[in-house]
Amino acid sequence: MTPIIHIENVHKHFGRIRALRGVNLDVSESEVVVIVGPSGSGKSTLLRCINRLEEYDAGKIVVDGITLDSTQNINAVRREVGMVFQSFNLFPHLTVKQNLTLAQCVVRNRCNEEAAQVADTLLKKVGIPDKADAFPMQLSGGQQQRVAIARALAMNPKIMLFDEPTSALDPEMIKEVLDVMTALAHEGMTMVVVSHEMGFARAAAKRIIFMDEGQILEEASPQNFFISPQHERTRLFLSKILHL
Amino acid sequence: MVTKPDLTTQEERKIALIPGAEPSARIDPWWWLVVLAVALAAILIFTQREYNSIFRFILPGLRITAVVTIVSYFLMLIFGMIGGLGRLSKNFIFHGLSSLYVEIVRGVPLLVQLIMWYYLFPSLVQTLGDRTGIEVLSSYRSDPIVTAIIGFTFCYGAYMSEIFRAGIQSIPKGQMEAARSLGMNYIQAMRHIILPQAIRVMLPPVGNEFVSLLKDSSLVSVVAVADMTRRGQEYMSVHFNPIPVWLFIALMYLIMTLFSSRVVSWLEKRTRFER
Repeated sequence: MTPIIHIENVHKHFGRIRALRGVNLDVSESEVVVIVGPSGSGKSTLLRCINRLEEYDAGKIVVDGITLDSTQNINAVRREVGMVFQSFNLFPHLTVKQNLTLAQCVVRNRCNEEAAQVADTLLKKVGIPDKADAFPMQLSGGQQQRVAIARALAMNPKIMLFDEPTSALDPEMIKEVLDVMTALAHEGMTMVVVSHEMGFARAAAKRIIFMDEGQILEEASPQNFFISPQHERTRLFLSKILHL
Repeated sequence: MVTKPDLTTQEERKIALIPGAEPSARIDPWWWLVVLAVALAAILIFTQREYNSIFRFILPGLRITAVVTIVSYFLMLIFGMIGGLGRLSKNFIFHGLSSLYVEIVRGVPLLVQLIMWYYLFPSLVQTLGDRTGIEVLSSYRSDPIVTAIIGFTFCYGAYMSEIFRAGIQSIPKGQMEAARSLGMNYIQAMRHIILPQAIRVMLPPVGNEFVSLLKDSSLVSVVAVADMTRRGQEYMSVHFNPIPVWLFIALMYLIMTLFSSRVVSWLEKRTRFER
C-alpha cells in the first residue's frame, strides 16, 4: 500500500541553522505516529512542512498523492490535512460555532444547515455542545484546544497534525484533550503528533519517532521504544523525561 | 434568599457590578459637548442677523468641505489598504513600490502636495500632450474639487498604509497559519480572519485620520476650491468683520470634529471584544 504521507530526504534551513537534515518518513493510512525529541530537534518544523506552513529547501514530500512542490497545490493539500496548534489559534472574534463553520463555508462552499450540523455533531464529540455560542476567550484552555480539534475535523481531513497540543495547557486539562485524541486514533484517523505526552504515545501510537538535531534517530513501536531503545541519545532523552 | 437580577450576557453581569455603569447609564458624557456646540451655533444663527447671513453664505462651502472630506476618506481607505498590504508583501516589486510611495509622500508637506496637484500636474499633462500631439492631454484643465480629492487621497493614503500595516501586524501570526491550514487562501484569510480583528486595532487611528482630514480640508482654500474656509475669506473681504466670521467658522469645524470623534469612540466600543 502506498503511504499517505511520504517524506524523502527533506532538508530545511533557517538562516544558518539547519533545522532538518535529510528526513525520511512514511506514514500509512490510519497510522498514528508520535514524534518526540528535545526542543530544537526539528520535530515541529517537520510537521509544519507536511502542510507547507514551512517550505522545505530540498527533498520531496507527497501527501495523499499530491507532491508539495508548487504554490498551486498547497490549498488542495491543506484541505486534506487538519492541524492543531500548541497555542490553539482559535479565531477570537468568532463564536465557537462560527469557528467551526467559517472554513466549511469559505473553503468547502458548505454554508447552510449542513455546516451547522457538522459543527454541532463535532462539538458533541469533543464534549462541549453547550459552548457553541461562547467566544473562545470564555473557555478554558482545554476546552479551547478541543474546539480547535473540532474546527480541524469540520473540514473532513484525511490526516490530522498535532503540534504539541497539550504543552500550553494546565495539567488538569491535558487529559480531556488527550481523551479526544485517543478516541480519534481509535476511529482510524491518520495522525502525526508532536508531543511530550508519553502516556498518550504508549496508549495510542503505532510508531514512535525520535528526532534530534534535524534527523530521525530511531523509529520503534511503543513497547520497543520505551523498553529497549537502541540509540544512546534516545536512552538519555528517555531517562530525562521519564525521571528514571 | 437574595434575588439576582436576570442578566443574560457575561458582559452585562460585569458591568452591573460597577455603580453608574449599568447599560442604561452608558451614554458618553462627551456627547453633551457636541449638543452644547450645536445649541450655541443654533442660537447664533437664529437670533443674530449677522451670524445668520454668514451661515447662509458659507453653507455651500460647508457642503464642499463635507463632500471633499467624505469622498477622499473612502478613497484613502482603499489606498491605505493596498499600500498596507504592499508594505507587508513578500513580492519585491509590490513591496518596493508601496514603501517608496509611503516614504516620499510622508516627506512632502500636504499643502505643497496640493499645490503640486493643482499647478504642476496639469502643466505636466499639457506639456506631454503638446509633445505627443494628443489633443485630450494638451487641452487638460484640472477641476479644483477633483484635484483636491486626488491630493488628499494620495497624501493621506500613505499615512493610512502605515496604520493598516501596523494593524495587520498586530494580529498574532498563528491566526494566519490557522486560517491557511484550514485551506483558506491568502485573500480569504485576510478577509475573514485577519482584517476583522485588525479593524478593531486600527479603528482609533483610522478614525483620527478622519478628524485630521476634516481639518486639513481647509487647506484646499488655497487651490481655488470654494470650501467653508474660502467662503469665509470671501465673506470677510466684503464685510470686513473678521471676528464673527472666524469665530463662527471655527465653531462649525468644531461641531463637525467633535461629532466625528464621538462617532469613532462609539464604534470603538461597539466592536470591542476580548482577546
